[in-house]
Amino acid sequence: MNRWGWGLLPVVLLAGLVVMFKVTDPTRPFRAAFPPVEDLTIERVSFPELGKVAVRVVNGGPEPVTVAQVLVDDAFWTFSADPGPTVARLRSATFSLDYPWVEGEPHVIALLTSTGLTFEHEVAVATLSPAANSRYLATFAALGAYAGIVPVLLGLLWYPFLRRVGRQWVRFYLCFTVGLLTFLAVDAAEHVLEAALGVPEGFQGVGLALLGVLGAVVVLRAIGGSGRRRRSERGVPESPLPVAYLVAVGIGLHNFGEGLAIGSAYALGEIALGAFLVIGFMLHNTTEGLAIVAPVARSRPRLRHFAFMGLTAGVPTVIGAWAGGFSFSPTLATFLLALGLGAILQVVGQVARLVTTDRGQHADAPAPSLFSPLNAAGLALGAVVMYATALAVTG
Amino acid sequence: MSGARSRGPVAVTRRDLLKFGAAGVAGLTGASVLELARGSSVLGANDARPNPEPSSPHTGMSHEGMGVVGATVPDDRYDPRVFLTHFDYGRLESLPGGGTRRSWEIVAIDREIEIAPGVFFPAWTYNGQVPGPTLRCTEGDLLRVDFINAGSHPHTIHFHGQHPPEMDGFEPIVRPGERFVYEFEAKPFGMHLYHCHTPPLKRHLHKGLYGVFIVDPPEGRPPANEMVMVMNAFDTNFDGENEVYAVNTVAFCYNHIPIDIPVRQPCRLYVANFTEFDLINSFHLHAAMFRVLRTGTTLESGELTDTLMMCQGERHILEFELEHPGLHMFHAHQSEFAELGWMGFFRGLERMA
Repeated sequence: MNRWGWGLLPVVLLAGLVVMFKVTDPTRPFRAAFPPVEDLTIERVSFPELGKVAVRVVNGGPEPVTVAQVLVDDAFWTFSADPGPTVARLRSATFSLDYPWVEGEPHVIALLTSTGLTFEHEVAVATLSPAANSRYLATFAALGAYAGIVPVLLGLLWYPFLRRVGRQWVRFYLCFTVGLLTFLAVDAAEHVLEAALGVPEGFQGVGLALLGVLGAVVVLRAIGGSGRRRRSERGVPESPLPVAYLVAVGIGLHNFGEGLAIGSAYALGEIALGAFLVIGFMLHNTTEGLAIVAPVARSRPRLRHFAFMGLTAGVPTVIGAWAGGFSFSPTLATFLLALGLGAILQVVGQVARLVTTDRGQHADAPAPSLFSPLNAAGLALGAVVMYATALAVTG
Repeated sequence: MSGARSRGPVAVTRRDLLKFGAAGVAGLTGASVLELARGSSVLGANDARPNPEPSSPHTGMSHEGMGVVGATVPDDRYDPRVFLTHFDYGRLESLPGGGTRRSWEIVAIDREIEIAPGVFFPAWTYNGQVPGPTLRCTEGDLLRVDFINAGSHPHTIHFHGQHPPEMDGFEPIVRPGERFVYEFEAKPFGMHLYHCHTPPLKRHLHKGLYGVFIVDPPEGRPPANEMVMVMNAFDTNFDGENEVYAVNTVAFCYNHIPIDIPVRQPCRLYVANFTEFDLINSFHLHAAMFRVLRTGTTLESGELTDTLMMCQGERHILEFELEHPGLHMFHAHQSEFAELGWMGFFRGLERMA
């Protein structure tokens, strides 16, 4: 047998093992006695028009599940199912009801399966769900711009200020950025896990989150590494601009998550919360602009770079608001939020490296520490400012 | 509900005994199994009143979208429209010293039942049906109930009424595969109940082990269209709250196919409350009023109303006539119960088909 033969042998034997298990089925004695484990996830309840309710469910369990009846606010209600009332594993279905829902009031939807299990979803405030028309697209784009794009661009205006401070203060602001990003990383981790809990079990929310985090880190490291190699081959000194771009990408992915939060708050009828979020994110995101320009404080990037970096960090807020407003899939959200977390983790390392390798003109000078009194103060202040501005978001 | 009317025998068939054999009839001898299989059908012979036949099988009384989707699969053991007007008078024997003896065989069986279209409930049943058969006798009869436990858990039959405590059914507990004969004199006349009294009570009751036990006064009651309604409910996910409510088990069954009754003719409704978990239930009739004979222990009623509150285990006889033809809704006046299945219609007809 050649190399490939040996390589494939365990795979072939594994296939045989699976077939044998299916044929002999050692679990058969249990099957008759217990009803199958059912696991439906109600992904979204929407109110497409007055008197209409749509319930989207995903089957994350091992067996197909049949929804026999639907209850709204403790009353059986007639419904139609698309594609049908039986939902196969990892498939979804939408149940449509003619129900006279009440604007501004809570409603509870429960699905009663053929085995008698119930799966419930509470809508805190019922309101007309946004439809994907130009008016709503424009509204959500404006919300995203208010929360993400403009504040980040405003933050970039700190660049001239940073150019006029001394070297040690630039390191202070870089440390401020590290503190800020670390705070965002923890914040992002919380959101990732929260979203992962809403993922149907079959899709393994936490595993998916890990894929997202690792994926972002690996891809960003590969890009950063190849850039550095190309420059050192050409004898070009290492530029801090890629780091600034990385910060912008990381913050952009993070802001996508903020956009999702704003969009789904509006879609779920939490309008007041949505407005509150926008104002909070304005404060929060202006500081993010500072984080982008800190790495390039002592170089002179062209103006268009500032524009690109600002848009890289800000535009995902708009995309997130659209996605959150129109169709919110916890599975997709988990993955994207995890990408953001990975990006931020990667960026934290990059910016920290800018501080510790900043020896100025004296190549033999000791490497600056992240924890010198001034730098440590910067780290702490970055986190504290984020905490304080986040108070505006969470109330 | 299905339009097909099925009236299969209610007692155990041999096929079912084979099916449940593994579960616990080990204690029964082969001979008694065969005897059981033979001594089955008591349903049908004593059917006192014509069953209301649906004029169209899928009237579909969905009220502004409220209601269930689909129809239940025909069940050869239980049809709520048959149950409604069916009374099981037992096997009659004249005793040497005068008087009558009535005998029944009741078998406890585990069985999955359909309580709303497409929703199945793992029930414990008397004779494969929930509620159990409506046993009916006359005051002074000697009653003999041969109880066989072919289920997977210990059970009993506890009768309401007056009888010696050793025949009361809180003990002995009848283990799977065992039998016990309850013998006592039927008294006093009224509307009574029977149910399993094995702990944990809540589970044994809510799983379906209950039924109506009517003792007629010696002189009988005036003729009427008689019906039995057992308010019940099912906690399908076993969280201590009911998901499905009904009279006679199937949610909205008399909603989808209204009960036809002739107008200006006396109707007599035997109503019992076997709802578990909820403290009370109620009966409300639209567009007409009824007289209440509390627990059925009197012949005259002093109360005219259209809404009657009933505690768990409470039961009353309601007498009424419909004055006008057309649909008369009836339901629990707890709106929640009504919209979760406990709702139906009488259809008053000038002329019965």
